[in-house]
Amino acid sequence: MNNKDNIFDRINDIMKKSVGIDYSKFEKPGIGFDYEAMMTDSGFNLKDIEKIQDEAMVGRTPFFELHNLTEYARKYAKKGYGARILLKDEAANLSGSFKARRAAISIQMAKKLGYKGVVAATSGNYGAAIAALAAREGLKCIIVQECFDSNNLAQPEILEKARACESFGAEVIQLSVGPELFSTFLKVLEETGYFNASLYSPYGIMGIETLGKEIAEQSMEKYGKYPEVVICTNAGGGNLTGTARGLKKSGADKTKVYGASVNLKGLHMASDTDFNRKSFTTGHTGFGMPFASNPDRSDVPRSAARPLRYMDKYFITNQGSVFFITEALAVLEGMERGPAGNTSLAVAFKVAQEMKRDEIIVVQETEYTGAGKHHQPQLSFAKKNGIDLIFGNPEDEVPGRNIVFPKSAKDLIIEEVSLERLQKSYLKRFKATTLTNQDLVYLQEELSINNEQLNRLLEEVKNTEESNERKK
Amino acid sequence: MLVKKNTFVRLRMYVLSPENRAANVPKDTATKPLKMWIKGRLNHEAELFEEAEVTTATGRKVKGTLKEVEPKYKHNYGEYVEEIQKMREIILSEMWSDRDEQ
Repeated sequence: MNNKDNIFDRINDIMKKSVGIDYSKFEKPGIGFDYEAMMTDSGFNLKDIEKIQDEAMVGRTPFFELHNLTEYARKYAKKGYGARILLKDEAANLSGSFKARRAAISIQMAKKLGYKGVVAATSGNYGAAIAALAAREGLKCIIVQECFDSNNLAQPEILEKARACESFGAEVIQLSVGPELFSTFLKVLEETGYFNASLYSPYGIMGIETLGKEIAEQSMEKYGKYPEVVICTNAGGGNLTGTARGLKKSGADKTKVYGASVNLKGLHMASDTDFNRKSFTTGHTGFGMPFASNPDRSDVPRSAARPLRYMDKYFITNQGSVFFITEALAVLEGMERGPAGNTSLAVAFKVAQEMKRDEIIVVQETEYTGAGKHHQPQLSFAKKNGIDLIFGNPEDEVPGRNIVFPKSAKDLIIEEVSLERLQKSYLKRFKATTLTNQDLVYLQEELSINNEQLNRLLEEVKNTEESNERKK
Repeated sequence: MLVKKNTFVRLRMYVLSPENRAANVPKDTATKPLKMWIKGRLNHEAELFEEAEVTTATGRKVKGTLKEVEPKYKHNYGEYVEEIQKMREIILSEMWSDRDEQ
């Protein structure tokens, strides 16, 4: 019952032992580290990754046009507009989501480095992916989930993930709401000596590069060109980072990469009361924003997921719009998927209307559905928890209070998030740091901006802080 | 109720009492203990709602309060949701009504 035995004193040691990576060797003097050196340190290239995934029944998922949804979107587009909406059916992966791509590489590394088991802290699809792939390799597996509120009420979606993990033979540790999950996770790593199958290790990201590569190749093969836009549901940033890297490595360097998250503004991620007032447990701004502006807040010393390096635009939408498009995907395309993974589909439906008819926008993931994990149980759960379900203007949605469905597909909403705002939020913590030239180069890479833009943003961050000081 | 050794059960334990919770958690969370649930096979005969020890799927030995015997999965597809039916009708009508009228 006490936290005075401070496990955080031993964190570096636990990390080093459990990830099999000495992160200190990538650190540079000052604030930066060598990202590319970290990403290539394993010695794996894309071909090796593909081979590992082939053997694990992961990857090479179907890629096709959503003819009816494209047609539906065109009904509300100007003449000559309404891009083709294509979908990468990642639910076809072992364990039902793109997370299997990440898990395949982590599990391979755990095996190669001689670990007896793996641990992952996740309430999402990644748990099922790790558990399934660990089962194939005969590795033991522990999944640590944030699952219940203080009244022992669980998100149905997370219960389903626990069931899936257990069906693959994993041990599931379930916790009530709170960020202290991380110290339980560390204790389990320390006690077992298992591999930390972090979502944010280089392995966790390399595995997704094949997703970008497949999109580039399948698009070229079917349409004779790379897609104009690939859109990724964005939470921790790994999905977007890996996909963008894979696209670039495969020649699709002109393809724009957009992020999409569900707006859960006002709901606190560590709040016991807010926990079950969310109808999305991932793909939302509660992860998307903080992980973009501070990627190293993850469970490894340096996160390999660095979305601001790769994101060309970032959109948010509301819960009601995602549920609407989830239903449309079922009744117009015969596909029960999502709902969280359909966030990018809701945004694509609107973005496509601003793109020309001969252009291509790719929605790069889907996820399996099942009891608990489907818009039917999730909306039933929301209702039970006093969330009002209404039809109206989705802009009026107040996360945690109501879900507002559009009355027509023409009323789905998206809003572009200012990347500058996220970049400034990233820079805030360096406002008192004396930055060397090397630091400045690092920041330009981190934020994907030039020197001039960086100087302006740094200046603006300092000025805002000063004016805030004066106000006090 | 006495539960036999080797029965598959669910334990609950308290990880942190409210006063030991992390400084950065919001108030509504900080006033609650951090709880944990783990499943496994009972290492000994035990009373329901009393202290017990299990061996988990990975072979760990864990102690806690015996809360549930042969725990079942209770999640399902939930109640009928009128709003889903309505969305379905909107989508089908917007997409196909021209065709249906012909």
